[in-house]
Amino acid sequence: MSVIYILLAISIIVAIGFFIAFIVAVKSGQYDDSYTPSVRMLFEDELIKDKPEKTILTKEE
Amino acid sequence: MKHKSCFHCGLDASSSEIKYDEKSFCCNGCKTVYEIFSANDLTCYYDLQNAPGATPKEIEGKYNFLDNAKIVEGLLEFDDEKTQIVTLYIPHIHCSSCIWILENLNKLDPSISTSIVNFGKKTVRVSYNTNNFSIKALVKLLSSIGYEPFISLDDYSVGKKHVDRSLIYKLGVAGFAFGNIMFLSFPEYFQVHGFWIEQYAPVFRWIMFAFSLPVVFYSAQDYFISAYKGLRSKMLNIDVPIALGAAVLFIRSTAEIILDIGTGFFDSLSGLIFFLLLGKFFQQKTYTFLSFERDYKSYFPIGITKIFSDNSEASIQVYDIEKGDRLLIRNEELIPVDCILIKGHARIDYSFVTGESEAVSKQSGDKLFAGGKQLNGSIEVDVLKTVEQSYLTQLWSNDVFSKNKEDGFTTLTNAISKRFTMAVLSIAMVATTFWLFTDTSKALNVFTSVLIIACPCAIALAAPFTFGNMLRIFGKLKFYAKNASVIEQLAAIDTIIFDKTGTITANKKTAIEYDGLQLSDDEESLLKSTLRNSNHPLSRSLYSLLNENEIVTLDNYEEHIGEGIAAKHNQKSIRIGSAPFVGYTSETASLNTAVYVSANNQYKGKFTFYNRYRKGLSKLFNTLKKQYDLVILSGDNSGEKENLTKLLPAKTKLFFNQKPEDKLEYIKHHQNSGAKVLMIGDGLNDAGALAQSNVGIAISENVNVFSPACDAILDATKFNKLHHFITASKSAIRIIKWSFALSFVYNIIGLYFAVTGQLEPVVAAILMPLSSISIVVFTTICTNVLGRKLK
Repeated sequence: MSVIYILLAISIIVAIGFFIAFIVAVKSGQYDDSYTPSVRMLFEDELIKDKPEKTILTKEE
Repeated sequence: MKHKSCFHCGLDASSSEIKYDEKSFCCNGCKTVYEIFSANDLTCYYDLQNAPGATPKEIEGKYNFLDNAKIVEGLLEFDDEKTQIVTLYIPHIHCSSCIWILENLNKLDPSISTSIVNFGKKTVRVSYNTNNFSIKALVKLLSSIGYEPFISLDDYSVGKKHVDRSLIYKLGVAGFAFGNIMFLSFPEYFQVHGFWIEQYAPVFRWIMFAFSLPVVFYSAQDYFISAYKGLRSKMLNIDVPIALGAAVLFIRSTAEIILDIGTGFFDSLSGLIFFLLLGKFFQQKTYTFLSFERDYKSYFPIGITKIFSDNSEASIQVYDIEKGDRLLIRNEELIPVDCILIKGHARIDYSFVTGESEAVSKQSGDKLFAGGKQLNGSIEVDVLKTVEQSYLTQLWSNDVFSKNKEDGFTTLTNAISKRFTMAVLSIAMVATTFWLFTDTSKALNVFTSVLIIACPCAIALAAPFTFGNMLRIFGKLKFYAKNASVIEQLAAIDTIIFDKTGTITANKKTAIEYDGLQLSDDEESLLKSTLRNSNHPLSRSLYSLLNENEIVTLDNYEEHIGEGIAAKHNQKSIRIGSAPFVGYTSETASLNTAVYVSANNQYKGKFTFYNRYRKGLSKLFNTLKKQYDLVILSGDNSGEKENLTKLLPAKTKLFFNQKPEDKLEYIKHHQNSGAKVLMIGDGLNDAGALAQSNVGIAISENVNVFSPACDAILDATKFNKLHHFITASKSAIRIIKWSFALSFVYNIIGLYFAVTGQLEPVVAAILMPLSSISIVVFTTICTNVLGRKLK
């Protein structure tokens, strides 16, 4: 058997893998709201920042 | 005194003297919200955006209807014994701080497990544990931090609504297949002969065939269905030649690989479908924050308080209201049915219905119409009619609301496709007949080639891309059209009908005229100081229009609900309000709203409020009169007739005292005699006229809040630009016609190859995407040039 069959099989499997990923993404609603996630991803830092800010405040007092 | 603004909501806080944590607040409500946030380590809210909050409103008893299990059931999206999920619409969502605080609700109450904001739709989806929490507790929590949700009859049983994502799936499938088939067809394009290609060509061909199956049978199915429907109703719409081309492409390609005579056109086929779907997707621009389908349900409450004969109160569903029931309408609640006022002072704001921003006072025994909002404490009413039969709501039983406007309209593309299909079919016939006599073996080849190459991909793409781009440009200029066909219809109108109140008059900027004795400086300062304390809309607008005066601290201040206000300072007293309240008895038969003033029990004069017409109104009318018939249909009395005739061009027709049904009938009558009508209105009472007209545009002071069902929403500040939008729509039609001409050039080149019997798959594979892409580029550049001119 020629190597071309193996290469074709691999390329199709990889392509279908991405295609399934796309279907899953649409199904989970990722394309319904394209704005909020862009804001949300910036929040993680703020949550951690919360505590140290407080300690600075108490030091000042 | 230094000017200070509220740390929470940004309103003026210079005089409130409310301080907490070294920050000033405008009121206790804002301070409380800050306290809640700082106690829960959520002050980060104020770092993301300056003064992002809203003052929480008093909601005592307003959400009692959420105790009713039946109502709650209709609102929930998911419900099992432990968890419930609900999506709430919150109009105040406007910045990143809002997203942040609403997604951290679980810090305020541990029963809440997750909350996810959709910023575009202004909704938050909350899931919570029901052990010691409920939807009512959630709504109360949200209201207490200034994020009061808006729950209307429209939300009822929306939990089960299904989102249609089929177009994005179809586009994904077509794109996926198109890319793969392209790669698989390269070997044969680059190496025509040789051992390698002869041995492996069948494998590549059959894989391409496999990839094309989902494209034809899934992605392209809408075109086949639409073509079939068109043919059945004897209409040659644009989908007929598309479906024909796609079918011929698929059948010929399959035949070629079975008989081993060629590679087929699988790449052209999947590319064609992919581009067409892309056009559809591009045209489907939607404004998630707007709704064009609103009827009275979006405004009406779900539950209302019913008073039983034994004086007990309970929340019932609005649909369960029966004739003769006694209802309790609280402050800020909407009246859902026609009824008679029994107890309490009614001040009803009918602005949703008529666009008139001034509230009207009613005495007990007066009839109240559904759709008004009570502004002054609680009232009790007796029901006259059920929800569906009320004066306003029965408008929706009219046939126009069940008709789809697009159905009766032949688009430019469909009009041209009829002639196009005929031409292509005759060319195919002539060419085939010719080849039958010269070289029979080529006849079938030529016939299919003509149908393939003439597939009107470029024509089908011209309109979606032009209109899709125009929608975006209009959207940036605050003119939000529902879909592409609105722009096309707008270009064809010849009659423009305006509503008066709220449409050609501004809602807020009222002009005030004083009529009476000159006020002394002391009196003026007292007047201003008194008005400052009142929240009544008339007091607010009068306050903002009076000259700057020294503000004095009042010794005594009383607000008499529904009558007026009285105040005292240094032995001087002042009364502001209705004529009887200030002790003025003569002549009150004025058509306009007025506020009367008396000082030290002596009548001084009155402030009369006039509607102010929108800026640039007469200029707009003078520009429009050259090309269009102009009409004003007003639901009001003819008090403004004289003013309007002065302001507007002479041939403008004016009609007063028009009921909602009258407006609808007027438009219908004119349409029957061939007019293409553009209706411009704003309130729910225009809903029928907006639906009946060819294009219905709603004018909105705040596009995020309220507008009746319509084809387009125009921001009130852009009202004087109306004719620019109409002219731009006409230019868009011209762009499409030019693109048609361009695509005919491609078709002629393609047809030359097809008719002479030398159409190779590689020619089709180059020519078809090339024509589509150049049309897209052409329309995009043209519309952008047009858009730049609009600004």
